[in-house]
Amino acid sequence: MAQHDDGGTTAATGSAVVRSEPPVAKSGTAVVPTNAFENPGLPPHRLRATDLDPQKDRIAERRVYTLFFLSIVGSVFAVAAYVAFPLVPGDTNSVRLNNVFLGIGISLGLLAIGIGAIYWSKNLMRGDEMTESRHPTRGTEATREQAVEIFKLGNKESGFGRRTLIRNSLIGALVAFPLPAVVLFRDLAPAADPVPQLKHTMWATGTRLTHDPSGTPIKAADVTIGSVFHVIPEGLNDKEDRLEQKAKAAVLLMRLKPEDLKISAGRESWNYDGIVAYSKICTHVGCPVALYEQQTHHLLCPCHSSTFDVTNECEVIFGPAARPLPQLPIAIDSAGYLIAQSDFTEPVGASFWERA
Amino acid sequence: MTVTETKPAAAPTVTETITAPVPSRGARFTGAAANYIDERTSISGLVKELGRKIFPDHWSFMLGEVALYSFVVILLSGTFLTFFFQPSMAVVTYQGSYVPLKGIEMSAAYSSSLNISFDVRGGLLFRQIHHWAALLFIAAIGLHMLRVFFTGAFRKPREINWFIGFILFVLAMAEGFTGYSLPDDLLSGNGLQIINGIIKGIPVVGTWISYLLFGGEFPGTKLVALFYSVHILLLPAILVAALGAHLLLMIINKHTQFAGPGRTNDNVVGVPIMPIFAAKAGGFFFVVFGVIVLIASFFTINPIWTYGPYDPSPVSAGTQPDWYIGFADGMLRLIPPGWEVVFFNHTYSFNIIVITVILIAFLAIVATYPFVEAWITGDKREHHIAERPRNAPTRTAIGAAGVTFYAVLWAAASSDLMATHFKVTIEGVIHVLQVLFFLGPVLAFFITKRVCLGLQKKDREIALHGYESGRIVRLPGGEYIEVHEQLDDYERWRLVSFNEHQPLVLQADANGQISGAQRTRAALSRWFFEDRIAPATKTDLERSSEHH
Amino acid sequence: MAKKSMTTNTGSTGRRGRRHPLATVALIMIGLVTTGGAYALFSSTASAEPSSVNTQASVDEGKKLFSSNCATCHGLNAEGVDGVGPSLYGVGAASVSFQVGTGRMPLANQGPQAEKKPVQFTNEQVSSLAEYVASLAPGPAIPSSKYLQADGNASTGAELFRVNCAMCHNVAGAGGALTEGKYAPALAGVLPVHIYEAMVSGPQSMPVFNDTNLTPTQKADIITYLKYLDKNPSPGGFDLGSLGPVSEGLFIWIFGLGAIVAVTIWIAAKAN
Repeated sequence: MAQHDDGGTTAATGSAVVRSEPPVAKSGTAVVPTNAFENPGLPPHRLRATDLDPQKDRIAERRVYTLFFLSIVGSVFAVAAYVAFPLVPGDTNSVRLNNVFLGIGISLGLLAIGIGAIYWSKNLMRGDEMTESRHPTRGTEATREQAVEIFKLGNKESGFGRRTLIRNSLIGALVAFPLPAVVLFRDLAPAADPVPQLKHTMWATGTRLTHDPSGTPIKAADVTIGSVFHVIPEGLNDKEDRLEQKAKAAVLLMRLKPEDLKISAGRESWNYDGIVAYSKICTHVGCPVALYEQQTHHLLCPCHSSTFDVTNECEVIFGPAARPLPQLPIAIDSAGYLIAQSDFTEPVGASFWERA
Repeated sequence: MTVTETKPAAAPTVTETITAPVPSRGARFTGAAANYIDERTSISGLVKELGRKIFPDHWSFMLGEVALYSFVVILLSGTFLTFFFQPSMAVVTYQGSYVPLKGIEMSAAYSSSLNISFDVRGGLLFRQIHHWAALLFIAAIGLHMLRVFFTGAFRKPREINWFIGFILFVLAMAEGFTGYSLPDDLLSGNGLQIINGIIKGIPVVGTWISYLLFGGEFPGTKLVALFYSVHILLLPAILVAALGAHLLLMIINKHTQFAGPGRTNDNVVGVPIMPIFAAKAGGFFFVVFGVIVLIASFFTINPIWTYGPYDPSPVSAGTQPDWYIGFADGMLRLIPPGWEVVFFNHTYSFNIIVITVILIAFLAIVATYPFVEAWITGDKREHHIAERPRNAPTRTAIGAAGVTFYAVLWAAASSDLMATHFKVTIEGVIHVLQVLFFLGPVLAFFITKRVCLGLQKKDREIALHGYESGRIVRLPGGEYIEVHEQLDDYERWRLVSFNEHQPLVLQADANGQISGAQRTRAALSRWFFEDRIAPATKTDLERSSEHH
Repeated sequence: MAKKSMTTNTGSTGRRGRRHPLATVALIMIGLVTTGGAYALFSSTASAEPSSVNTQASVDEGKKLFSSNCATCHGLNAEGVDGVGPSLYGVGAASVSFQVGTGRMPLANQGPQAEKKPVQFTNEQVSSLAEYVASLAPGPAIPSSKYLQADGNASTGAELFRVNCAMCHNVAGAGGALTEGKYAPALAGVLPVHIYEAMVSGPQSMPVFNDTNLTPTQKADIITYLKYLDKNPSPGGFDLGSLGPVSEGLFIWIFGLGAIVAVTIWIAAKAN
């Protein structure tokens, strides 16, 4: 980059451009005007009321210590509030009172100290501005030379530059030593490959559709037109990995008029008399898509507004989702309960690299 | 304080000042204590070095302090919370005080968060302090960064400190996100589900990263414990280290100051640390703390009890992340349908990849901007005068474009709330924001640049011709003029003390070549400095007064 | 923290820990299913009841009100007008009571959805209208007052609310957006009877929650939870509309940071 530095110093008409050697730094493309105004220096100091009037000074002093005393009152009040407003189990109002009064006490204790100290510094401490000179951030030439000298000495005494094999092997060792840290994280997750797990859910042939969260089975006759059921597979609540399974197996069950459904080839038998079941897990990033509008038959995801059309096999009609929600093929068993014909025929939820 | 009271010039060693006749007992004790400590730590050197260091006074210089103090409040309140919180996803049945959750199965993390809220006196207050302080922390960092950006306070020698500050910003967001996830409530769980979806969308490694992060399949049973270590140990340790470096560099570089009479690039005008700045800054800490506690005592934040325990099936309308993650969430919402392809048996989720790339690019531009600008100007001088935004029109315009870009994404994250509150359609809001995503930053750039140049022109007018006094005078010739009142030197200095840059002129190097980098640099330089207003000079003033 | 009562079980994720509460849940469920079945039976007879039991006078009064106020859109005999208003056969008394009783009907103007407005009829008129519409065809009836006392199980209600309602109405009942300008309204202050009627009749975009989906007792539990929210303001203080992180973020930027910036200006200002 250093080679470009001179580019900026091309003089243009009407202005002089500083061209100087280090340690005076280059100004680049900045123009230093020939006849600029001079800095007029600090304006005269204006005295404050407290500087001029001893009465005002005393008032200010009184205000400051009053604030500090007030702070003590606040802190004591907070302790009193802690005792005076106990938490009554089952009564959220007691929590509200405890929160508010304890908070008022503590904030009074804090704010009064703060305001008092600031008021003190503004009105009673020295009021004029002081000037301190700056020094260039870089060390002086002498210091820098000494630093370079130290490095040279270090190099000489250790032979770091000369003994190249030592140096290079050390660099190699330093590169290699963190490597175990990479493999050490492997056991954060179980040994099993995640991909098959992501591709399958708890649904299997004959699994009953049951109410979320109770787990009671659902009869086809219960699902009237316009209703929506939040569904989990039967037996989910007994699973040890209940939430992991639920995160894949949650299903939304709706009944539409059979003539409203557009059904593609191969899916004719997937609904039961207008009752359709779709994965509730958004194909975008996995939020539960649960906002069913019974008139438009739209399903809306509350997280990123992806909208799916239930009449058209949950195709995406708005929002960032890329794929339709997977459909769960359903049927009824001999007792009239809704069951799954099989697992989903594609992975549910957000896309992943190995999905296809 | 006693040490500095007695002039060190007269007293070469601290011991001598102690032996000097001091009347009060209190002062004798302080002196003895100072002596004790100094003989063991040589702290007098530090006091001598820093005690009377000058800090310039301007309200906008205190924004970084706000961030620092909120962070201290976060540390204090967070420590209190760790005494009661259980970072475990083991299943428990809630038996605490909140009636509408009694008998519900939930994780120990969520249950203990409820107990903090309902069964620990002051627990809810501290939860709210912690969360409000976190929101304030990141908001203050944001505003502080904007102040530094728009005043050019990131220029040499502060580029590295800008970068450290950027790291702090990212760490703060990471702290916020991990903390948001700890209570294991429905809202935070849905947030994690979204993160999981985003991670899975990363090509090649996404599935595995998700698998390792959640310790198996989402949501797993390990995440809260993992995030807990990260949230209270790993990230705070890095954050404190970076914060230390940030403050140390600030002390080494000294604070910038605004241009003004008596203020030069070679001095600092302001108040000394001991006692004035210490009183102001110390007092300000208590004010920030007090304001946070006051907000926490009157305003609910993150009412986890209404969200319920995490369960992958329910979700709440209006599921949003905390404000600082909003820009990423908004970006997710702006992608149109269908951005995914399958190619060679692998799934490319462009609805995730594109946003990841854009957001990383945006953050990368923020992180590296000082280095880019330094390269374009080639200016190697130290800059200690904070520029007025109007005096760097292109930079200010770039900043405005960036702010607009961020604001569009931020707004998109609340598209559903805008729809319900302004009675418009959610689709309409998204479509408008999709247009603004491209158009907004461009418009903001041009408008801001014009406004800056206009303000500069006005400044120049005023510097040369003075203010319009509103007094109309009739000249002997019958002509009417408005009397302009000239500025005094102090007022004028504020308007004329800035740097002008000229576009780089391409020049062949020693071999008669012009490199591609050089061409790029010249083009950028033209873009930056083609339109500019020169600061008024004395020559200009003389010429203008001759005119009258 | 009552350690004893918490069946904590780290590691193997509570196989033992779950069995006990599940047993209770199962028991409760058996109870619910049996009682629910009974209620379903009861309510299905109840829905057919009004047409036979209620006074013909009231039905006639309802028909008059209907002809003068509703027939333009729903047709003279409530058979519906294509593209204007749906048929009201089978919507039941519950639907009329909800739509008219909350002022949503008569519709003021065509929009994405009917808005809540001041009610235009007296209670008697509303029930006459409801009886008339119920007399046309059986449909969901006005709920029995025993489900509207808000004395059920708030905990069950809250859980059911989260699963079935919160996605549209928000966990705190603050409402939320639907597609194309429609929205789910906020639920604070809504009468129990209207909550119940909305669930059984599925007004507008809202799906129907029939008595097998949510039993009357479960509906009563949901009402109990919503009334609990009404009666108990947020323990943390003002709830900022219960809109979640967006309102919290706006608050901290405008009021939190705003207040602190005001303080910084005071600190940096020179004293007089």
